[in-house]
Amino acid sequence: MTTSAPIPGQAAIRLQQVTRHYQMGETLVRAADNVTLSIGAGEFVALLGSSGSGKSTLLNLMAGLDRPTSGAIFAHDRNLAEMSSEELAKHRSHTIGIVFQAFNLLPRMTLEENVELPLRLAEVERSERTSRVREAVDRVRLSARLTHRPSELSGGEQQRAALARALVNKPTILLADEPTGNLDSATGDEIMLLLREINETLGMTIVMVTHEQPRAERFAHRLILMGDGKLVSDGSVS
Amino acid sequence: MKGRDLAELAARNLREAALRNSLTTVGIAVGVASLVAMLSLGVGLQNLASDRLSRTGLFDAIFVTAKPNTPSLRRMENPSPAPLAPVRTLDDDGRHQLEALPNVVAVYPEIRFPTEIHYAGNPYATVVSGVAPSDRNDGAFDQMKGSFFSGPSADEAIVQVELARQLATPPESVIGNQVILRYAERQALPAESGGGKSDGYSIVPREEKLRIVGIIETDPAGGFGAFGRARLFIPLKVAETLRTAQTNDLRDLLRDTPSKRTYDSLTVRLTGASKVKDAEDSIKQMGFAAYSLLDATRSLGLVFAVFDLFLGIFGSLALVVASLGIINTLVMAILERRREIGILKALGAADGDVRRLFFVEAGAMGLLGGIFGVLIGWLIGRAINFGTNIYLARRDLPAISVTAVPWWMVAAAIGFSIAVSLVAGMYPASRAAKLDPVQALRYE
Ligand SMILES: Nc1ncnc2c1ncn2[C@@H]1O[C@H](COP(=O)(O)OP(=O)(O)OP(=O)(O)O)[C@@H](O)[C@H]1O
Ligand SMILES: [Mg+2]
Repeated sequence: MTTSAPIPGQAAIRLQQVTRHYQMGETLVRAADNVTLSIGAGEFVALLGSSGSGKSTLLNLMAGLDRPTSGAIFAHDRNLAEMSSEELAKHRSHTIGIVFQAFNLLPRMTLEENVELPLRLAEVERSERTSRVREAVDRVRLSARLTHRPSELSGGEQQRAALARALVNKPTILLADEPTGNLDSATGDEIMLLLREINETLGMTIVMVTHEQPRAERFAHRLILMGDGKLVSDGSVS
Repeated sequence: MKGRDLAELAARNLREAALRNSLTTVGIAVGVASLVAMLSLGVGLQNLASDRLSRTGLFDAIFVTAKPNTPSLRRMENPSPAPLAPVRTLDDDGRHQLEALPNVVAVYPEIRFPTEIHYAGNPYATVVSGVAPSDRNDGAFDQMKGSFFSGPSADEAIVQVELARQLATPPESVIGNQVILRYAERQALPAESGGGKSDGYSIVPREEKLRIVGIIETDPAGGFGAFGRARLFIPLKVAETLRTAQTNDLRDLLRDTPSKRTYDSLTVRLTGASKVKDAEDSIKQMGFAAYSLLDATRSLGLVFAVFDLFLGIFGSLALVVASLGIINTLVMAILERRREIGILKALGAADGDVRRLFFVEAGAMGLLGGIFGVLIGWLIGRAINFGTNIYLARRDLPAISVTAVPWWMVAAAIGFSIAVSLVAGMYPASRAAKLDPVQALRYE
C-alpha cells in the first residue's frame, strides 16, 4: 500500500510533497505548498508561523480531518491519502488525539461523558470505559470534577478535560492546535507541563501549533516554522 | 458506534431540543391519527357490512338443487360431447352425502308453508317457516323479546311482531301462551297392486300444539328459495317431522319410489365463507346444481379495498405534511449542531455514525409520533362511534360499531410512521454526514 520503504528510526508522521489548495473564486490559495517533513515517534514538535501560514491546515491533514490536494501523508507508514473515509475515521479514533484552541467540549455533557465520547465512537466495551475515563481524568488531575459540565469549569480545566478526552483512546500521536491560545500564561504553562509529562511518560508523539515562540522553545524538542504554506525552517531546540 | 450508544446519544439530542422535537412529534402524531381515524372508519364500516351480510347466512351457504333435466338446457351447460353424469335426484342419500362433506355445519331443506293457526280460539291465516339452529346467529334474533327455541326439536314457536299484534294486545302477552298449528299432512297410500309402488298419498288435516317463546321485530333472512314473508317460526326439526304437503310432492308422485323423500332444494351451511368454493366444486361433482353468493362477496371485498385505499390516501396526506416537519427540524438541528458534528468526527466518528445518529433521531420521532398518533386516532374513532350511537339511539335503533382499530392497523400505522420519518430523515442525515469537520470546527 505504501509507496516508499519505512524510514529507520520509526517515523510517526511523514509528509511527502504535501499540497493543499483552496480555490477561492479566481484565486488559488496554497494553504499547504509542497511540504515534506518527517516527525519521529516520541518527538515533541512545535509548529510556528504567522496567522494564515498554514499551520492548522497541516495539522488537519495529519489528523485525517482533511485530504491533501496532492502528496502523501504517512502515519506509522500507512498513507492517509489512500484511505477511505471510514479508514480515516478509524485513524482519527485510534491513532490520533486532538486538542483545539476552543476546547470544543460538548456543553450539555458532564466532564465524564465528554471524556467517554471517544470510547463510544471506538466501540470500547462498556465494562472497560469507566476505568479508562478515570485514568485519563486522573492524568490531567480533574478527578474531583467528573460530574461538572464545561460551563462550570475554568478555561484551564476545560482544556485539561479536552486533553483527557484526547488521551482516553490511548493514541500514539497527539495533535494540538494552539491549546494555550485561549488561556492566560500561567494556565497555559500548566497545559504545557501536562503535555511535556504526557510526552515523556507515555512516549506520545506531540505536534503542537502555537504562536508563541518562547513557550515553544521552552517545551518542544523541535521547532518548525511555516510561511505561506511552505516550510521556512526546521530545527531542534538546543 | 454501537446501537446502544447511538440510541443514548440520539435520546440526549432529542431531549436537548425538547420543545422543537416534541412539536415535530406531535405533528407526526396528528398525521398518524388522521390516517388511523380514516382507516378505522373504513375497516369499521367494512366489518359492519360483512358482519351483517354473513349473519344473513347467504355467504357461508350453498344452495343445492337437482340438475335441470331438460336436454336442451344440459347441452347448453355442457357443450362437449363427454358422457353426461346421470341426473341425480336430491333425496336423503344425497343429503347424507352432503352432510359428510368437510366443513359442513348443517344441511337442511327450506320448509315454508301457508297454514291456519288458532290462538285463544280464533283462527288466523299465516305462513310458517322452519328455522335451522344455525339461523340463531341471524341478526333478526338479536333484538328478540323472549327467547330462542330451547332445543332443536322443541314444540315452540316464535312469532313475528305484526302477527303478535293481531293475536293480542299488548303483543308481548303472547309469550308463554299456546298456539295451535293446523296443517295438512301427507300420508302415502299403501300399494294396492302389491308391486311395491305406492298409488299416491292422501292429505290429512292435523294439529300441532306449540308454545310461543319469543317475538322478533324483523324478518330473518330467507334462504335462496325464500319468498313470501313468514310470520310464525318453528324449529326446522319440528317442521320436518310434520311432513306437511309441499309443492314438490306432486313430482315425487311421478317417480319410481314415491315413499322415498326428495327435496326441491337443500341449503348447505359451512363453517365460513372461505370454505364455499371448495364445497361448491365437490357438490357439483356429485351431480347436483349448486349456487352461492361467492362472487358477490368478492366484489364487495373489492369495493371496500378501493374505499380503504382512498381513505388511506386522504389520511396519509397529513402524514406527508408532518414529514416536512421532520425534515425542517433535522435541517435546523444540523445548523445548530454543526460544531458538535465536527467534534464527533474529530474524535473518530465516521460519516456513517453521524448519518445513523440522525436516522435514529428521525426514527424515534416517528415511533413516538406513531404511538401517540394511533392513540389519538383510536380516540377519534371512539368519538365517531359515540356520536353515531347517540344519533341512532335517538331514532330507537340499536347501537353499532362503525370504527375499528385492529392490531394489524396499529402495527402498520406505527411502521408507516417510522418509515415516513426515516425517508424524511434521509436528506438531513446525509447532509450531516457530509459536513466537513474542518469547516465545522473553524474557530469562530
Ligand atoms: N476552507 C478554506 N477556503 C479557503 N481558504 C482557506 C480555507 N481554509 C484555510 N484557508 C486559507 O488557507 C490559509 C492557511 O490557513 P490556516 O488556517 O492553516 O492558517 P493558520 O496558520 O492556522 O492561521 P492561524 O494562526 O490564524 O490559525 C489561509 O490563508 C486561509 O485563509
Ligand atoms: Mg490555525
